[in-house]
This record gives sequence, structure tokens and C-alpha cells, in this order.
Amino acid sequence: MDRRTVLKGLAGAGGLALTGGLSAPAIAQGAAARTLRFVPQANLANFDPIWGTQYVVRNAAAMVWDTLYGIDSSLQPQRQMVESEEVTDDGTTWTFKLRPALKFHDGEPVLSKDVVASLTRWSARDPMGLMIKALQQELTAVDDRTFKWVLKQPFPKMLYALAKNNSPCCFIMPERIAQTDPFKQITDYVGSGPMKFAKGEWVPGAKAVFEKFADYQPRQEKASWLAGGKQMLLDRIEWIVMPDPATAAAALQNGEVDWWENPIADLVPVLKKNKNISVDIGDPLGNIGSFRMNHLFPPFNDVRARRAVLMALSQEDYMRAIVGDDTALWKPLPGFFTPNTPLYSEVGGEILKGKRDFDAAKKLLAESGYSGQPVTCLVAQDQPITKAQGDVTADLLKKLGMNVDFVATDWGTVGSRRAQKTPPGQGGWNMFHTWHAGADCINPAPYTAIRANGDKAWFGWPNSPGTEKEVTSWFEAKNLDEEKAAIGRLNKAALDDVVYVPTGFFLSYTAWRKNVSGITKAPLPFFWGVSKSA
Amino acid sequence: MLSYILRRIVATLPVMAIVALFVFSLLYIAPGDPAVVIAGDQASPEDVERIRQSLGLDRPFLVQFGSWVWRILHGDLGTSIFTNLPVSAMIGQRLGPTLSLMVVTLLLTIVVAVPLGVVAAWKAGSLIDRVIMGFAVFGFSLPVFVVGYMLAYIFALELEWLPVQGYTPLAQGFWPWLENLILPAIALGCVYIALVARITRAAMLEVLQQDYIRTAKAKGLGQGGILFIHALKNAAVPIVTVIGIGIALLIGGAVVTESVFAIPGLGRLTIDAILRRDYPVIQGIVLLFSFVYVLVNLMIDVVYTLVDPRIRY
Repeated sequence: MDRRTVLKGLAGAGGLALTGGLSAPAIAQGAAARTLRFVPQANLANFDPIWGTQYVVRNAAAMVWDTLYGIDSSLQPQRQMVESEEVTDDGTTWTFKLRPALKFHDGEPVLSKDVVASLTRWSARDPMGLMIKALQQELTAVDDRTFKWVLKQPFPKMLYALAKNNSPCCFIMPERIAQTDPFKQITDYVGSGPMKFAKGEWVPGAKAVFEKFADYQPRQEKASWLAGGKQMLLDRIEWIVMPDPATAAAALQNGEVDWWENPIADLVPVLKKNKNISVDIGDPLGNIGSFRMNHLFPPFNDVRARRAVLMALSQEDYMRAIVGDDTALWKPLPGFFTPNTPLYSEVGGEILKGKRDFDAAKKLLAESGYSGQPVTCLVAQDQPITKAQGDVTADLLKKLGMNVDFVATDWGTVGSRRAQKTPPGQGGWNMFHTWHAGADCINPAPYTAIRANGDKAWFGWPNSPGTEKEVTSWFEAKNLDEEKAAIGRLNKAALDDVVYVPTGFFLSYTAWRKNVSGITKAPLPFFWGVSKSA
Repeated sequence: MLSYILRRIVATLPVMAIVALFVFSLLYIAPGDPAVVIAGDQASPEDVERIRQSLGLDRPFLVQFGSWVWRILHGDLGTSIFTNLPVSAMIGQRLGPTLSLMVVTLLLTIVVAVPLGVVAAWKAGSLIDRVIMGFAVFGFSLPVFVVGYMLAYIFALELEWLPVQGYTPLAQGFWPWLENLILPAIALGCVYIALVARITRAAMLEVLQQDYIRTAKAKGLGQGGILFIHALKNAAVPIVTVIGIGIALLIGGAVVTESVFAIPGLGRLTIDAILRRDYPVIQGIVLLFSFVYVLVNLMIDVVYTLVDPRIRY
């Protein structure tokens, strides 16, 4: 008998007297083994995957709502709720048929009218959805299991749009829920996926609980990311939010949680030493570090100033600042697209390769007309990745002889200030740091950061007609070879104009107790196929 | 006494009104925009604007403030921008853990700090006194999170006596409730114990010089009786005062402690709300904390009359 047992016994006796005999419910060992305690990357503060596009919301929603198609590990769209589809020869009319016996969590069947309402809401918020909506002639339910999407022009990436795992995903909700204004939050979480959301147990910022949906009809194929048979081997999944990484590490070591989605690099060596814990790369698509320059104001409205920075920066400095000395976790990225994916390209990436040339960079900067004006650099200190990058950038700019106005602030402030188009001295900015999930950078469809259509582009508002032309070329490409060619040209154009600055590609770990099995490497944590032994 | 208490409660209303105006104004001028956070990284400026409109954040300051005050007067703290849940429900979810943490910390402090202070005063200048005061300096100097990590490492990871994190409601059993609170309460209580022990010692030292203590000794009273019945009662006013002030310290310390020990309390709710700019939640919590603080001060004033018969209102 250890001290904890003695203490438990003594305090239990006292507790019985104080609480009138209330005691903890006995949890059978089997039930404990069917409950997975998971520490997510962030707090599930809201639960509307169309209204709130944060990754954590998408990750939770993937359990609760199913999709018409699902992207698999080879990045191909596969049928999910859909049984079959037909497209007319001119590519303008898509007719889809749902699988039979699909049910929502309230027991109601999934019908075409639910799908139509869900597609309508999704297409009002998603970048690809908006493109389809712009081409839409009609979207109608033909019968209970058939629906039709008629377009004015072909949209070759239709199935990819419906399958993609980039937020917002095209989740299917009951019509009454999907009719909610896409800019207002839903309050009813009846889903179509393999797990039900236990709304009554939700404590935003602390805990979210998901329970197995017994009537879910998984596909017969093997599960692969968002595609295939989503077989749930767990009865209950508890998401326990832990804002402090050291606490999460200790809880995992102590067996108080089973799976920690994203341990920080500093704590990984401790976890690796623990014989009860497995540590591996979580998301093979990783992340791309970046900083964006404001193309509207000096000095970075001149491409020579932007290229001067690119010529001098060392991606290794950035990557080591983010992930430490574990070289397995990062690689240089002379381009914008995710390494090890079909469209990865280094065309035009010479400027980021080889020895850094500060003399040439300084000369180019001087040619751009830079004369020592302050460069307002926004750095969110509450995000380790942006803080690390900001420190490296400040050092880099100083070495280039630039006058850095280092604005140390929080992510919330960066989020609103970066939207300001006023000059840097009047509440605006010159540069800010961020990062992009590699899954969002596999092609131009979900890749908002690569767009360079001026006022309509992402913050920094780059205007690069060459880049935009190749984005269009990719959308129109009819096969992989054409896509690859378009991406090569796009990569070069975007680097020539420095749409933004990629600071490197980095991976991160995930860690779990060894009694948990079935965890797959994927851009989001998938719980189907995961089991836990006692 | 009753009329005094009523007068004090009524007097809290203007205080709360000033706090409300101050908090609302501060949040209004603070940088950051919840619509941007909600819209996500990939949102267009038009999306952000539509969300801002749907939340009513595009309305003028006075309109927003007026509508908020109107709701408060009707007992409605509003709805969280992010969770879409009523602020009162969110506070209700988080009240239990914070209250539990504060009660256990307070009890721990009183049980440990007061006797330590009394003993230090009794043995003033001795090794025992120096050890106790050394501990007090130590308690003051160490940040809560450092103590928290050390305790978690020793008692949870190494010895495996107690859990690292979490909270179990009292309804699920006394020990499950208490075992989650022991380490956080010690971590949070360190500064508080140090403060109360030092004040107790100082107050006791002064009282122990008084003539009536000498008289008590001359009458042959035991040391315990002199210290805990005659001296401590007369030293109680500053001790009660500092315990009251310490509740404000506890509120501040709970923010860090709850993060370190992953306790789903009001402290963490506050931090989350501030980082996301969830204005209704921040406003609701600040109002609650200021009300609690005013109430604690009132309780202390009432306790004065119990420990010192000369004080009358």
C-alpha cells in the first residue's frame, strides 16, 4: 500500500462524513479503456465549423459531421456520404446520389434537402465554395437521395472542394441547422458523423466530450484520413484543454491523459525518455513559417526592398529558432508549396538557396530608396512560433541596416492591426509573422496566402499579375502534368515579386501513451481506428 | 449593524457602476478585434466586417454601452461572442473550481500561517523565528508557477501521490475533490501564508509587550492560554485585515494557478476571454470580481466588531 492509497483512505473516511456519503462513481475498467482523454492543440471555444474556421473547431467537427467526399492520404478526393456522381460532358452539371440509410444523430435520415442547405451555407464562407457559388446556376434536391448542382461554367476541382480538409470543410448538417445565417453561430450540434457532441458536458476552455453514434454507417473501405470507413473503437472521447504545455507533458507522463496532439519541441526529449509514451511526427504535411510585408507602403512597396530581405535571410536561423536543433523536424523551403506533395516546386527558388549575400542585399536595399525610416514589425509574443520568427527577423533587418520598430504584442492585436491599410505610423504596419498549415499549401485552392490580387489579397495586399495568372492556370489544368507546370511558373512569379516570405518548412510531434493504438499521421487528429487497452 | 450592512451594500452600486464604465471603456479602446479572431486567418476583410456587424460591434460606443447596461439592469450579463453561451452560465460553470481553490487555500493559510506567526513572535530572535521568517521570505520570493511546477514534479510525477492537473466536483466525492486541490492550494497559498505569518508575528510582538500580558504571566497562566486566548485575540484586527486583502491576491494568483494545474476556473476563463477579446465575458467577470471584493471588505468590517468589542458602526 503506497502513501497515496493511505491518504485516499483517510480522506475518504473524512469525506464521507462531510458529504453525506457522496462518492465518485465507479468506472469499470472496460469503460475506462473505451474512453480516450485527448489534449487538443487549442481550446474549443465555439463549435460551428462554418462560422468559426479555427483548426481546432474543424478537428472536432470532423468527428461530429460527415462530408460528401473525403480527402485521403494520397490527397485524392474519395466518396464518403455520396454513393455516386455524374457530370455532364460539358462539365457544368453535377448530379450526386447519397448512400442509403445515412442518419443524423437525432435519428432523422440524411436527405438531399439537408445537403443542399449545408452546401449553401458552406459556399457562402469557403473560398472554393465562393468560386463555385459565383458559377452557380442552380442547386436543387432532385429527390430524397439525389441533388444537382448546375454551373454556368465547368469547375474541374469540384470533388476536391467537397472533400478538402481545409477549413471550412463541407460538413453536412440537418437542414434546420444549415439554414442558419453563415455569419451567425449555430446552437444545435446534431451531426452526421461517427461521434455525437455531448453539449451538456461542454465547458468551453476546459473540456469537450464526444460519444459514439451507434447508428453511424461507416463505408466498407479502409479508413484513410477523411475518407473510408470511419470505424469508432472508442465509446467516449474527452478533449481536455491544457493551456500550459508543461502541465500537459506531466499529465501524459502520469497517465492522466492518453494523447497530446502537439507537444512543444522543448518537452519532446522528456517525453521520449518515458517508456510508456510514444512520440512521432503528427502531421506529415507540417507547417510553413512565414512573414508578410506590406506591399502598400515604403519600404516594401518596392520589390527591390522585398528581394533584399529575401537575399539575406537564412531559413535555418528561423527553423532552429522555432523547433530547436532537431534537424529531422525542418527543412529549407525555396518555394511556397508543401514538400513531399505532388505539386511541390523549387522553380525560381535560387534566391533562398546558398550562401547569404548581405553586401548585395544592402546594395539592392539602397537602390530601392530606403533611407532609414522605421519598419514596423508586429510580433505576437503569446505564440511561440511568431515570437521566434520575430526575433530572427528583427536581427536580420538590423544587420541589413534597417531601423526596426519592434512591436511586441499579442496575437489578438496582430490579428486586428494587420487588417489596417493605414500607413505604418498611423496604426498600420510593415510586416507581421505567421505560419501556414502544410495542408493548406498543397495547391492554390485553399492557399489564401499565395493569392496576389491586390486589394482582394490576404494581408499585405500583394499585387502580382504573374502569380494570379498561374493560379488561374492551375484551376483550369486538366491533368497533373499541367498542374505541375502551372505551379512551377506560379512559384517563380511569387518569389520574383515576393508575395510573402517563406521562412522554412517544419514538422511537429504528437505524443501518446503506449496503450493507445491506431494513431495515424495526418493533418488533423483522426479518432476512427484508434483504440485503447486497459 | 443591519442598517450599516444595508448602507454598505447600497454604496457598492456606484462603485460597480464606475467599474462597469471603466471596464467597458477600456475594452472599447483596447487594440484587438473579436471579429478578426472569429473569422479566422483566411477570412477576407468583408467577412470580418459582416461578423462585426452581426455582433453589433460596429455600433457607436454609447449605443453599445447603453444596451449592455440595460441588459445588466435586467440581470443579463450577455452572451459570449465566441461560445454563444450566456455569460452567467459560463461563470456558473467556472465558479465551483475557483471557489473550491480559494476556500482550500484560505483554510490552509489560516491553519498554517497564524500558528507560525504566533510561534515566531513567541520565540522572537531565536532560530525558530529565523527559520519561520526565512520561509516567509522564500514564500514571498517564489512565483506561483515555479512553486506549482516544483510541487507537480515532486508529488505527482516522482512520488505519484497526487494528480498533476484537473478538477473533480465535490459531488463526486470528497477525496477526488480534495486531491486535485492540494497542490494548487499549496502553490497559491505560499505567498499568502508568508504574508499572514509575517503580519501575525508583527501584531503579536506588539501585543506581547502590553501590560495585560505581563499580568497574565504574573497570574500564572499557561503559555498557550496567553498566546492564543489573550494575545492572539488582541492582535486579530490586522490579521483579519490582511486575510481580507489577501483574497484579492488569491483572485490574481488563481489565474496563474488554474493555468498551471489545468483547473477550469474563473482565472482561466478570464485569460481566455482577454486573449480572444470576448468582451461580454471579460465585463461579466470583472463585475463579479469587483462585487466579491466589495463584499469581502464588508465582511471584514463586520468581523472587526466580533474580534474587537470597541469597534461599533
